Amino acid sequence: MTSATGMDRREFVRILGGGIVVLVNLPMTSVLDGPELAARQRRGYPEDINAYLHIAEDGAVTLYSGKIEMGQGVMTSLTQMAAEDLAVPFESIHIVMGDTASCPWDMGTFGSLTTRMFGPAVRAAAAQARLILTDLAAERLGAPRDGLAVEDGIVYVKADRARRVSYGELARGQRITHTVDEKAVLRAVEEFRIMGRSPQRLDGREKVTGAARYAGDMRFPGMLYARLVRPPAHGATMTRVDTSGAEALPGVTVVHEDDFVAVLAADPETAARALDRVKAEFDVPAPTLDTETIFDHLVRVAGSPNTPDQGGDLATGRVRSAQTFDVTYENAYVAHAPMEPHTAVARVEAGTMTVWSSTQAPFTQQTAIARAIGFRPDNVRVITPYVGGGFGGKVSGQQAEEAARLALRTGKPVQVAWTRAEEFFYDTFRPAATIRVISGMDGAGKLTLWDYQVYGAGARGSDVFYDVPNRSVRVYGEWGRAPDGMHPFAVGAWRAPAANSNRFAAEQQIDIMAAAAGMDPLEFRLHNVTDPRMVATLKAVADAYGWTPRAAPRKTGRGRGIACGIDAETYVALIADVTVDSAAGRVRVDRVVCAQDMGVVVNPDGSRMQMEGCIMMGLGYVFSEEVRFEGGKILDTNFDTYGLTRFSWMPKIDTVFVKNDALPPKGGGEPAIVNMGAVVANAIFDATGARMRRLPMTPARVLAEIRKG
Amino acid sequence: MPPPIRFTLNGTPVSLDTAADRTLLWVLRTDLELTGTKYGCGVGLCGSCTVVVDGKAVRACLTTLEAVQGKTVLTIEGLARDGALHPLQEAFHEHGGYQCGYCTSGMIMNAYALLEQHPTTSPDAIVAGMEGNLCRCGAHPRIVAAISAAAGRRGGSHD
Repeated sequence: MTSATGMDRREFVRILGGGIVVLVNLPMTSVLDGPELAARQRRGYPEDINAYLHIAEDGAVTLYSGKIEMGQGVMTSLTQMAAEDLAVPFESIHIVMGDTASCPWDMGTFGSLTTRMFGPAVRAAAAQARLILTDLAAERLGAPRDGLAVEDGIVYVKADRARRVSYGELARGQRITHTVDEKAVLRAVEEFRIMGRSPQRLDGREKVTGAARYAGDMRFPGMLYARLVRPPAHGATMTRVDTSGAEALPGVTVVHEDDFVAVLAADPETAARALDRVKAEFDVPAPTLDTETIFDHLVRVAGSPNTPDQGGDLATGRVRSAQTFDVTYENAYVAHAPMEPHTAVARVEAGTMTVWSSTQAPFTQQTAIARAIGFRPDNVRVITPYVGGGFGGKVSGQQAEEAARLALRTGKPVQVAWTRAEEFFYDTFRPAATIRVISGMDGAGKLTLWDYQVYGAGARGSDVFYDVPNRSVRVYGEWGRAPDGMHPFAVGAWRAPAANSNRFAAEQQIDIMAAAAGMDPLEFRLHNVTDPRMVATLKAVADAYGWTPRAAPRKTGRGRGIACGIDAETYVALIADVTVDSAAGRVRVDRVVCAQDMGVVVNPDGSRMQMEGCIMMGLGYVFSEEVRFEGGKILDTNFDTYGLTRFSWMPKIDTVFVKNDALPPKGGGEPAIVNMGAVVANAIFDATGARMRRLPMTPARVLAEIRKG
Repeated sequence: MPPPIRFTLNGTPVSLDTAADRTLLWVLRTDLELTGTKYGCGVGLCGSCTVVVDGKAVRACLTTLEAVQGKTVLTIEGLARDGALHPLQEAFHEHGGYQCGYCTSGMIMNAYALLEQHPTTSPDAIVAGMEGNLCRCGAHPRIVAAISAAAGRRGGSHD
């Protein structure tokens, strides 16, 4: 275990009691491909990943994972993986997630990494445990290991099935700790009994009965509900505060440390009333940027770029191009807007601060809380109950620090639950982006030039998988490392960060060229890509849709679009049908077909849920989601003006897998969302001839483009 | 001392000595520790706090205690009986009509009221009836499938 928890492995095993513990310490190099590994190392991620699997003396199997369950279904899929390689029934495994006191250190749950990176560690631990138990059984049964088989947690002699012993019997009296440092022998795909199937989710019953606990559902005697004084805009500074009105309310506690001002009460309504009575004044800087001026600003302050992909020579590319295309695309800031706002409950007891938090990164929060309250990290425990949606937005969040500070100060358990307005204010938005693409093709419709500049978003999704001899990708202001002043408030990872922006631009640019070449857009793509996984994925989506070749646009008010990409090492392609009301600018997506090559599919139904979820969530940023602002003031504070996808927007959705069992499982939580902008924009182009270069594609913007002709 | 607030909650009479202008959502979640009903937006825009009052779906965040005086309130915790899931809960579970689960209580309670009023409703009517409930994870197709399945079941309720 790392020093973050201050507990060494020996101590950890002692706490677990007897039985068998398998610890895995796999180097990341074995599970990530070269470029992705290099990118992560640059960002300073540690190289170790760890899993613990415990087989207790009563045979109970517990998997400890620092990952968290926020709806993506990994509680179920990780359990499937452990059960598969340990050879025990799926139902017999208990999983503990996101608890810094008992789970192995983890960087956080994001990047569609759980299955492809943590999954191999879990499988290796389970496979190693199976080997240890088989060795013990060989001794116990007096039979050679080769003559043994395992089924449902029972080891038996193949030649005489009556000679058998259970894992529980084998674990009794043992105190074995084993570390796996190399890949253990995993079950082959053909042998799968639990992986590759879709058992009912483990979190289902609790979630349909209301019994599932989220951070805000923790209740302790004497718990106080806190509200904090918030600035009216980012960049504002508190100049004066008068809390006397709140203090006069019975049952209200006021905490005031510089600009950290909180009111606390035994129920949230009293706390809200107390907050209303606090008089605070702020210096608010004059706004210099807003929703419309941001795009030029991003380019102006860009600084020097990163250059993730370069090849050939742009000047040569221009010379070899029969036609060139210079198009600029824009997309707005977008909120994560999980249904559960950031929430935490903190309680201090015997020198240990325990915080129940809605977070995607419990170990990061543990460190942040410790720093905020002056505790050693090992005296801070973060427990992550179910998380009500994250999408990248709960990688950060100061609510846990706020709750811990207030719990320490008052000596009572304290809940800090952000209101929807606070959620919209402190969200780390998906960055606005300006993307300029200059591309070219020869007379035969072959790509000759790809000069790609992205400002504000980042690199992910900008990689050129088409065969373009002369190309340059320049990334200005990678999210998280943007130049000072680029964004007027915090930005962060939003479900497939940067990829939604990049695919919106790149896949429209390809479509523009296909139309100029008079070629069918699928054919044009296949004409310019040789990567076999992409070819197979494009063909799969076309087959599932029933694609017949023709060039766009048809301009009948109904259209179809296609777009593809690579995300989280998964290949994805979509086709969408739309109907456009050209008088009102309103667009309806009638059907979406999605094909994915994600390697071995651990849980087909769970993977489909993620594909459907990506498509449905994506429609929000396609049509309506846009965080409007004036300087540091956020104008959208609730769902009345910030529009999420609704039931009536639901298209018919078909999802297909491109079978690729030779490849270990790849990411599934994000890929299907990255093309939503382009696939709809390309369909609108087919329907109307209008090209939508800005997200979201509101009715007013669609109408404006249609009227331009 | 004002008279206590009395209503029937999940089949059991309750009597609360508290201010009548308090919000049902917070009284459920704090005083009564029924945390299945969720806060999502606080102003009736998302449906996460949907409960059923006298057979109709209401937003608990916009409902005062005074407004439920003498009425029958059903929350997600009151839907399963003796450990047996309500057909809607079963259908949500079977069809995967949830992901993060945070909007799920509100979805199920809204669907419950919808099916109470229109037991054999069509998918289009389900979509229309659920329009005011927000789901960020994008579980919509499966939520509609789950409600359709429950609507199609004969004797689609405990009663």
